Amino acid sequence: MLIISGNTPLALNINGEEREVIAKPSDTLLYTLRNELGLTGAKPGCENGDCGACTILVDDWPIKSCLMLTVEAIGKKITTIEGLKNAPIQKAFVENWGFQCGYCTSGFLMVCHSLSIHHPNADDYTIEEWLQSNLCRCTSYQEIGEAVKSILKQK
Amino acid sequence: MIPFNFDYYKPNTLAEAVNLYAKLDSQGKEPIYYGGGTEFISMARVHNVKTKAVIDIKNIPECNVHGLVNGKLTIGSAITLTDIAVKNHFPLLSLTVKRIADHTIQDKITLGGNLAGTIIYREAVLPLMVANAHIVLEGLKGKRTVATMDVFKGKMKLFKGELIVQIIVEEKYLNLPYIHVKRTKNEKIDYPLITLVALVDQTKIHIAFSGLCAFPFRDISLENILNDGNLLQNKRIKMLIENIPHEILEDLGGSSEYRKFVLHKMLYEVLENFQEVL
Repeated sequence: MLIISGNTPLALNINGEEREVIAKPSDTLLYTLRNELGLTGAKPGCENGDCGACTILVDDWPIKSCLMLTVEAIGKKITTIEGLKNAPIQKAFVENWGFQCGYCTSGFLMVCHSLSIHHPNADDYTIEEWLQSNLCRCTSYQEIGEAVKSILKQK
Repeated sequence: MIPFNFDYYKPNTLAEAVNLYAKLDSQGKEPIYYGGGTEFISMARVHNVKTKAVIDIKNIPECNVHGLVNGKLTIGSAITLTDIAVKNHFPLLSLTVKRIADHTIQDKITLGGNLAGTIIYREAVLPLMVANAHIVLEGLKGKRTVATMDVFKGKMKLFKGELIVQIIVEEKYLNLPYIHVKRTKNEKIDYPLITLVALVDQTKIHIAFSGLCAFPFRDISLENILNDGNLLQNKRIKMLIENIPHEILEDLGGSSEYRKFVLHKMLYEVLENFQEVL
C-alpha cells in the first residue's frame, strides 16, 4: 500500500521527462507544476474546476490540474502546455486569432489538442461540447472554434 | 490550494481499505474514501470538509471492473464518467453522466464519487434507480449487495467505514427505450433545474428525478399515475405533479412554481417519446 505523509520526494513523468518533486498529499498538481517545477503555463484561475485555465493532459485526457492532487499523478503521463512544442493547434490559434489576452490560451490549447487526438473527425456538437469546459473572458470562442476546425480538416 | 494537511493512503485490496478506515477512524483522523476527488478538493479549499487521512480507492481491482459478464453489467466505483460514456454499455447512464459538469471534470469524477457526494443532485443515480440496479458495498462485516432503491434514500445510507465497490445492472435493462431530459436555468453546463430519466420496461414507465426536490428520487406511486392508461395524458401529468411526495425546491435556480411548469413540459416530452412503445 502506498502511504505518503508530509513533504515527500515524488517521481513524476512530466512532458516525457522523469522529474522529482517534493510535495505533500494536500498539494494540488497545479501548485506543484507552477511552484516546484516552474511550469507556469497552467494558469490559476478559479481554482475550483470552473474556468479551465489550469487544464493539462493526464494520459492524453484533459484534466483541470486544480482538481487533482500531486500524489495522484504518480505513474501517469502528464503533459503541460510546455510539452506541446509546435503542435498543429498552436499554429492554428495564431493563424485564426484564437486568443486576445492569452490567460486562458494554454488551457484551451490543451483541450483542443486532446480533442484532435480523441476525436479527429469531431462534429460541431462535439467541438462545442469540448470547448464548454473552458472560459475566455475576451470571448474568442468563435476564433478558437475555427482554429480547432482547421486542424481537424487537415487530419 | 488546500489549507490543511492530511496523510494519503492508496490500498491495493478492499480488506486493506476497510481495515485502514477503521484504524484511522479509531485514531480520530476522520478518514475519507477518495475517488476522483473533485468535490473533496473544491470543498476542502474553502474549509467545507476536513480530514487527516484520505484513502484513495483507485488501486483496488474490484473498484476498477467495467464490463458485461454473464448477463450483468458491472461498473466499479472508481470508473470515471468519461469511461462510462466512452464504453457506453448502458446508453441511458452514458447520456446522463455526459451532462454532469463538463467533459474535463467527467475525466476525473468517478461513479462512486457521484453517488456518495454531498452535492444534492447526484444525477448518476437516476439511471440506476430506473434500471433496478444493485450496489455492492464492502465494510468491516464483509460484503453486501443491495438494491439501489433500498440503499439510496435521499442519499447513500452507508454504515460507517463502508465503501461503494460496484454497481450491477441486469443486461435486460441496458437497451430498453429511454429518455433523458435535463433543464438548467441558463447554461448547458450547470446543476439541473430538473433532470429526469425514464425507461419503459414491459409497457411500464420507470421515472426518476433530480433537482426537483432536495434529493434525487424515484417514486412508485408517481409511476402508477403516469402509467394509468385510463386517464388522459394531461390528467396524468397534472396528478403526478400534485402528488410529488417531497417539497419542491425553491431556490435561485427557480421557484417551485416554475419547476412545476417546467416539469409539466418535460413529462409531455416523456409521454410523446414513448408513444410508440406504450
